[in-house]
Amino acid sequence: MTAERARDIPGRAAVARRKTGRAPGEPRNVAYLYILPGLAAYLIFTFFPLLQTVRLSFYDWDGLTPKKWIGFDNYRELWNTPEIQAAFQHSVELILFYAVFSIVLGLALTALLTRFRVRGFLFFRTVLFMPQTIATVVVAQAFVWIYAPVGPLNEFLRHIGLDSVAKTWLGDFTWALPAVGLIGTWITFGLCVVLFLAGAQRIPTELYEAARVDGAGFLREFFAVTLPGLRNELVVASTLTTITALRNFDIIYNTTAGGPGGETEVPSWLMFHNAFDLSRVGFAASIAVVLTIIITAVALAIGSLSRRTA
Amino acid sequence: MTARLDRYTTYVVLAGFSLLAIYPMLSILFLAFHKKSDLVTGFSLPTTLSLQTFVDAWNEGGFAQGMWGSFLVATTVTAVSAVMSLFTGYAFGTMRFRGSGLLFNLIVVGLIFPYEATVIPLYYDFLNYHPAGINLAGSYWALILPQIGQSVTLGTFWMRAFFLTTPKALVEAGRIDGAGSFRILRSILLPQARPAMLTLCLLVFIYTWNEFLLALVLLAGSDNTTAPLGLSFFAGVSRAGDPTKVAAASVLVALPILIVYLFLQRHFIRGVLAGAIKE
Repeated sequence: MTAERARDIPGRAAVARRKTGRAPGEPRNVAYLYILPGLAAYLIFTFFPLLQTVRLSFYDWDGLTPKKWIGFDNYRELWNTPEIQAAFQHSVELILFYAVFSIVLGLALTALLTRFRVRGFLFFRTVLFMPQTIATVVVAQAFVWIYAPVGPLNEFLRHIGLDSVAKTWLGDFTWALPAVGLIGTWITFGLCVVLFLAGAQRIPTELYEAARVDGAGFLREFFAVTLPGLRNELVVASTLTTITALRNFDIIYNTTAGGPGGETEVPSWLMFHNAFDLSRVGFAASIAVVLTIIITAVALAIGSLSRRTA
Repeated sequence: MTARLDRYTTYVVLAGFSLLAIYPMLSILFLAFHKKSDLVTGFSLPTTLSLQTFVDAWNEGGFAQGMWGSFLVATTVTAVSAVMSLFTGYAFGTMRFRGSGLLFNLIVVGLIFPYEATVIPLYYDFLNYHPAGINLAGSYWALILPQIGQSVTLGTFWMRAFFLTTPKALVEAGRIDGAGSFRILRSILLPQARPAMLTLCLLVFIYTWNEFLLALVLLAGSDNTTAPLGLSFFAGVSRAGDPTKVAAASVLVALPILIVYLFLQRHFIRGVLAGAIKE
């Protein structure tokens, strides 16, 4: 998208409008009629439930008997429960796999591909982006097989003589979390590459020519031209992948269900588990609220960081 | 010479990454062409092209019901939220009215916060509130309505951005000719909005087809199911017994979306990229 439209984001819509010299159209009251159905659906089925979650988080409730107001007790318990702290820590570790690995790998591949016109570019783009389209439940099944005791990964290790390394990856106290994390890398990697390649195509070729005339090598060229040119794409990629890492429910539920021994428990899974397995609805709501605050804060923080360095 | 070597290396690396991207799907596809009695280990190419495992998985997992459920939910959510987004985008993108900034920001909030945070109240609301005596708990409507609410946030964002780029002169010409706002939308702007609408529908359809958590919670205790939910249950029951059937079921669930993706990948990639940059 053009820089103009990229700037046209919430809160600054008015500014962008003035900048582009676009009058916001005729004053029309009929606008309310057009907005009504969509706004109502959103308010009733998405926004209002969010407020209900906040309210529930101040109650002790098993889902059946009357609710009991307990103020901030759920949050106090959340703060003092090692299991919850561990879950949030797992989320941070998952960010390493979902965001950092994908972005670094994506940048490396982009650096390779920007040096000349790659034949079959559209084919490679289609293939690399495919993981984004497959249902997470399916992805989970594929990796459960890959990590299985007699699955492809272990058979490969045995084949090259590393029998001692082969293990039940998703059932291993040390390796379950990295194994789940690598599934995330697989999911988000293609998104990063395609984002970066699209961004790199918008970098003026004169910049590369100038760098080459100056005798810049591969690395210099990357750090002086490609990386600064991808600033916007880096912001987008880190926001999306970090949020994916923090939300992560489907993959955990369908691979490890938090095990072994809670080693892969994450906040969204604990929310589900407390609400629907343990009937601790109020406590589950407080986990949801904290997760929401963290995700919103991350989104806003990355956004404002990028604006400041702009 | 070095330049050619350079190119070679690049293509090899690129091919390597592409292989990694398709390998997981390939591994279950190959697994699915085996039978349990083949005792597959590791990566083994199928020796026969028998579809028997697919047929068994389809029947044992009740995937006719799951596929139908996913199709019903995804098409309804896509159609309804697309029309709603066309209207909201039209209003926010071409009209001036009191509170438009506030209302738009309110909708954008829905793009940022995780929908996971709405699932607990949604479950209890459908269970406990029966407006006009209608009980939707466990029905496909319990899955459709919340996803319409979510999709409208993306759709409003998307269609507003489109309408901001349409020339104002078009709308003005229509008004001078005496066309009402709906006539202008239908006859003048809609033909131009088709590509944007197609991309939006594609995104919403794929996201809705793949959705899992809402289905898991809101269809609990009912006979209704979706393709991903059915797969999750089927895998839980039969994985230990027969991994080939779970693999076959996984391929079946992924197949419709993969076909859609292969035909419309340009629209989909463009949509995700443009949507992401705007967010």
